[in-house]
Amino acid sequence: MTDKTTAQDIVLRLNRITKRFGSLTANDGISFELRRGEVIALLGENGAGKTTLMNILFGHYTADEGTVEVFGQPLPPGEPGAALAAGVGMVHQHFTLADNMSVLDNILLGTEPLWKLGMGRGAARRKVSDLARDFGLVVDPDARIGSLSVGERQRVEILKALYRDARILILDEPTAVLTPQETDALFETLQKAVAQGLSIIFISHKLHEVMAISQRVLVLRHGKLVGEVATQATDRHKLAEMMVGAEITPPAPREARPGAVLMSLKAVSTAARGNQTGLRAVDLDLRAGQITGLAGVSGNGQGALADLLSGLEVPQSGEMHLAEGETARWTPRAAVAQGVGRIPEDRHKTGTIADFSLTENAVLESYTKPPIARRGWMNWREAEDQTRAIIEKYDVRCPGPEARIRLLSGGNMQKLILGRVFEAAPRIILANQPVRGLDIGAVTYVQEQLIAARDAGAAVLLISEDLDEVLALSDVIHVMSEGRLSPEFARGTKTPAELGVWMAGQGFDDAA
Amino acid sequence: MADIIDILLSASFWAAAVRIASPLIFATLGELICERAGILNLGIEGIMVLGAFTGWLAVYYGADLWTGVAVAMGAGMLFGLLHATLTVPFGLSQHVVGLGITLLATSVAYFAYRLALPQVTSPPRITPFQPYEIPLLSDIPILGPALFAQTPLTYLAFVLAFAVWFTLYRTPLGLALRAVGENPGAVEAQGLSVTALRMGAVMVGSGFMAVGGAFLTMSAFSSFFFEMVNGRGWICIALVVFGAWKPGKAVLGALLFAGFDALQIRLQQTPLGAEIPYQIFLMIPYILSILALIFMSRRAEVPAALMVPYNRGER
Repeated sequence: MTDKTTAQDIVLRLNRITKRFGSLTANDGISFELRRGEVIALLGENGAGKTTLMNILFGHYTADEGTVEVFGQPLPPGEPGAALAAGVGMVHQHFTLADNMSVLDNILLGTEPLWKLGMGRGAARRKVSDLARDFGLVVDPDARIGSLSVGERQRVEILKALYRDARILILDEPTAVLTPQETDALFETLQKAVAQGLSIIFISHKLHEVMAISQRVLVLRHGKLVGEVATQATDRHKLAEMMVGAEITPPAPREARPGAVLMSLKAVSTAARGNQTGLRAVDLDLRAGQITGLAGVSGNGQGALADLLSGLEVPQSGEMHLAEGETARWTPRAAVAQGVGRIPEDRHKTGTIADFSLTENAVLESYTKPPIARRGWMNWREAEDQTRAIIEKYDVRCPGPEARIRLLSGGNMQKLILGRVFEAAPRIILANQPVRGLDIGAVTYVQEQLIAARDAGAAVLLISEDLDEVLALSDVIHVMSEGRLSPEFARGTKTPAELGVWMAGQGFDDAA
Repeated sequence: MADIIDILLSASFWAAAVRIASPLIFATLGELICERAGILNLGIEGIMVLGAFTGWLAVYYGADLWTGVAVAMGAGMLFGLLHATLTVPFGLSQHVVGLGITLLATSVAYFAYRLALPQVTSPPRITPFQPYEIPLLSDIPILGPALFAQTPLTYLAFVLAFAVWFTLYRTPLGLALRAVGENPGAVEAQGLSVTALRMGAVMVGSGFMAVGGAFLTMSAFSSFFFEMVNGRGWICIALVVFGAWKPGKAVLGALLFAGFDALQIRLQQTPLGAEIPYQIFLMIPYILSILALIFMSRRAEVPAALMVPYNRGER
């Protein structure tokens, strides 16, 4: 292909896009071009500026500097409507669907003039079913979004873009919520789209997916475009280094020495609460000196299991045993007293209290007992000393123990939580999505700490929706699907695809 | 018991129920539009007072009745604009803003009344809308006088209920309105303006509330006096919940409440009324409404983004 023909093929051009949020430069002079029928991957760590850049392209944000051209025409900034009209479609990481409305209504929203009497639902329905057939996006147009699985919702998001005849499709971390099988189906759909001349920007931080789907990779780091390579001319290791800007050494797994069972669940079921799936006859043994990994698409009962171990939930039926010291009532306080260390899924909402100081947050689980509490009075000096010790030992970067915790980055917040949990010397550690949203440096640190806790004899339950993380860290693996827990699989006995079968729930049916 | 049956069989009872329901229907539809778009409008009580006053004043100063209705609607939309500006682009607490609007609109109406009529001791009267008997239909026994011998504003209330239903469920605008109350992010991602939709809904909804108030001075009574709205706005907020955010059910709720109200007025005049303090009768519609609310709203689907301010996520 010569330069002359490619110049005509360019469908999208970003010119020196810069976006600042206060003192943070999220995008720093980023330029690139997208050609017809091309898939480019936008690779970068969390916080590298990928989503911000795409939000500018789609008009959610307005760039401070720089311009966007679609098919040679400048795109007015800050108008999603203009981006849609120009043929740009975006599949957001957090779906933009109204749960209470039907698939068809969600697709039709905003596609017709507002001041029109009546809606062309019949014609729309035909177009949707044609698209669904052509691109392999099967979904019932009359189903309520709230009743669909995550994979189906993503299909609706893609249909929304295709219905508007999008020529450029942006997918923001599309595989984060999918099983390996659903990911394969998505890739097939994308290949069909490319065959029809669509161009795709694929945002991800998963290297093997980037290698599988893209022709070109753009790497973002700290808001800057630090590399652009043809996918064929690179490999996962090189990409990882570009992404992080340094050599990375993932925590080396060492042989586990499993000990006694510290907690055991026998046929435990819990009630479903709101959107949260309950547990269905779950058998689980947590052994000392072992990391038990829990894989599965989020929302399949992991929350209920985490709540159960945290003392926020009690079994509806079945038995739950601790190795020693059974408690009369299983409550959060009893869980802590029994040596359960809890690293909650959402460090902002349940892990910390945003407007409390680091000190106050550090003693949230110990303030009722000596030495923090003395005859009903708080010993703030002791609390602050403990907090300083945590800050030092766990390398929490912060203005000081008196600072409000909301000022900390996610990684530093997580380090404080780690300190709070580990300093209490827990026998059982519940780590629910412990590295979500952290940069690779912090990820490695947290993972090393979990392995160290295991080696010190703790039973660790690692819940993660990132299958790679589960595979890398766990000594034994369970899979959750619709509140059911798979049998225990030893490290290395199951491939990701085999685990995917269980994640999709089929393994349970085959076993039954 | 026989008394109640006598009342229920009288045409005047049903006519009264429909008449009492009319202002509630206007205001409930207004509130419903706001809440469907995701904005709780607690300014409803004050906006009804304002509508009652401005509509009446315009007619008192010589405007014709329909112009009075338009003036009331305009005044309501103006305060709706104020409410919407504070709650939509600025994202302030909808509770605080709504109560503030109610206090402000009520005070403005009372203050303007004193300014306009400083010397008056008994409120001056206007000639209100007169009942219009629809030929043929009004001759149907009981039903005819109840439904088809009302004032034009009452007919308008029912037409409006149909129009709101049609708009919500049969037009692209309605789809966008419902979506903006469910997930404003979805609306923006489809290229529509969340701000414009929500502000528009609050303005139009507030206009309907004001017309509901104007019904009191221009159709039910013929003059404006303080305290005449008397909590009807708050009832309408409950009626929206009762109606599960659906226009048809909300109208039904308004009729039910009005029916109880018409019933208690008549029960006061029966032998029963001589024995039981009249305050007990006054309580009946409210108690029954609370009971109905408990049963009806159990499975109601609240607009998911109700009372959730939307900003475009620029940090």
